[in-house]
Amino acid sequence: MAKVTFNTDICKGCGLCVLACPKKILVIAADKINKKGHSPAEMTDQEKCIGCAFCATMCPDCVITVEK
Amino acid sequence: MSDKVLMKGNEAIAEAAIRAGCRHYFGYPITPQTELAAYMSKRMPKIGGVFLQAESEIAAINMVYGVAGTGKRVMTSSSSPGVSLKQEGISYIAGADLPALIVNVQRGGPGLGGIQPSQSDYFQATKGGGHGDYHLIVLTPAGVQEMADLTGLAFDLADKYRMPAMLLADGTTGQMMEPVTLPEEAPHLIEKPWAVIGTEMKRKHNIINSLYLQPEELERTNFERFQRYAQVEENEVRYESYLTEDADIVVVAFGIAARVSKNAVVAARKAGIKAGLLRPITVWPFPKKALETLSHTAKGFLSVELNMGQMIEDVRLSIHDRKPVRLVNRAGGMIPSPDEVLAAIVRMQKEV
Amino acid sequence: MIVFQKPKSLTDAELHYCPGCTHGIIHRLVAEAIDTLGIEGKTIGVAPVGCAVMAYNYFACDMVEAAHGRAPAVATGLKRSLPENVIFTYQGDGDLASIGMAETVHAATRNENITVVFVNNAIYGMTGGQMAPTSLPGQVTQTSPYGRDVAVAGYPIRVCEMISKLDGPEYVARVAVNNVKNVKAAGKAILKAFQNQIEGKGFSLIEVVSSCPTNWGLTPEKALQWVDEKMIPYYPLGVYKDRSAEVTEK
Repeated sequence: MAKVTFNTDICKGCGLCVLACPKKILVIAADKINKKGHSPAEMTDQEKCIGCAFCATMCPDCVITVEK
Repeated sequence: MSDKVLMKGNEAIAEAAIRAGCRHYFGYPITPQTELAAYMSKRMPKIGGVFLQAESEIAAINMVYGVAGTGKRVMTSSSSPGVSLKQEGISYIAGADLPALIVNVQRGGPGLGGIQPSQSDYFQATKGGGHGDYHLIVLTPAGVQEMADLTGLAFDLADKYRMPAMLLADGTTGQMMEPVTLPEEAPHLIEKPWAVIGTEMKRKHNIINSLYLQPEELERTNFERFQRYAQVEENEVRYESYLTEDADIVVVAFGIAARVSKNAVVAARKAGIKAGLLRPITVWPFPKKALETLSHTAKGFLSVELNMGQMIEDVRLSIHDRKPVRLVNRAGGMIPSPDEVLAAIVRMQKEV
Repeated sequence: MIVFQKPKSLTDAELHYCPGCTHGIIHRLVAEAIDTLGIEGKTIGVAPVGCAVMAYNYFACDMVEAAHGRAPAVATGLKRSLPENVIFTYQGDGDLASIGMAETVHAATRNENITVVFVNNAIYGMTGGQMAPTSLPGQVTQTSPYGRDVAVAGYPIRVCEMISKLDGPEYVARVAVNNVKNVKAAGKAILKAFQNQIEGKGFSLIEVVSSCPTNWGLTPEKALQWVDEKMIPYYPLGVYKDRSAEVTEK
């Protein structure tokens, strides 16, 4: 099973990861706010993640670590 | 000690630089300093050094900035209009606290001016030149021997104080041929732990930089730099005093103007006038104290310059306008004759 | 097993770029190339003036901050002083294609053995969105408020097309970072540009078509679409020069 972790504190909520995810399991958590004042990205359903790392590939801020 | 050789001033600078351990030269053609670049282009490939003719003076000074960042001795040379182009890079070199040597074999200006000797870049050399608060150590050779000697000194001082140094020469000293004893090849190289040579994964990265977006930080770097400048002013003033102890009239002149003035002083003495010459060798730092001391004994000062009167401001500041200071000047590539300076000495003798 | 993480040759400093700005992706690709080749300890980067001015804080290797447009000249000095080290510049479009065009062209024609990463986002970002040498015809910017009028401001410069016409350079390619496929291709091109230098082949320039959501006035998502629909048609992706490949073919 793939595991995706977010360094939420440095996320700028740009949504490029959301756009890249083929499984559509990433969202910008509109109800949350991080240290930088952004709503960060988070995963809705870890079970469905295939560990393709598309999200991390498009992330401009190295927020995402992907393990398989 | 090596034997005397007959050399052009420009070539003496080049050879002395090589003997001071300089293996990187970047330049762009301009009269009247071309012999320096030509000499480097011949010698550097034979000693494993780098000669590169850049696409512009701007590129050349930025190549200098790059090499200076690696901690190696590096130089460029040009003449007045070209040195104007280099000012951006010189400001960055000063702002990043890098040592480097810039040679200005001055010609007349402003604009394209002419190709004959001048000292009209005095303000530019001593008061900054580019943007921001900074200084160069500015050395002014008055002959071919000094061009060789001051080149090595300039590299040493630049390294010691982590700041750019300038040889402020002129078309005459650059072009004249004189016998010269070249310095031994024994450069005084020092450790430069700040240099960018690759971390080798053994230390945190070094950064060569002049950008400080926090005003407090930029202010701090400026104050620290000026503390170093204060040390330079304290320790590195150089000048030649000739018959000044009992002089009524003190002639102040550097470079080729000082050579002319020395002849005039000799002639004045023969005519019974107590004249002397104070020749700044460093024009930054300027020999303020020496002049201040003379201001108590001398009756008047003459500033002899190949420009419209630039150094005269430093002379007046140094002596606090205690005594009259008159300008003796030619411009546009013209050089005063010893008789012109002598006449000015005679006039001043009558005035004071 | 970790399949994706932040490259080691990036520092822990948080990037100052705007949300969705692809500078961060390009920084990462450069760092990944440095990690892959194991050259962090002997690499020296040259930062530009522009949005990437503080790149010296982000790369863990030794760094030099250059004056606007002068990075290729500074890199020339570094490389001539340290021929065994790896030297790269990271420059934007104003820096490389406007004020620094002479330095760019001459470093290329000397086949200076350096790696140039050129980020083309068709605008001056740091100063707040002025017209760049690569701004598209009709593009609205702060200094072309009615759209870039080519009769007044001239045409955009296609850097790869121009530089590849010189005899000097080894490798000239244009890539983009607007989707996963393009990012991966961009990473390969950047890696090759560093490899070329290590192999002593000479000047490599990688133009990366990038986005500027803030100054384009678009969301990060829309900005990537704009790259696809407007930028790439004007700036076609591909390898414009690869001397080693040409030699092999012959």
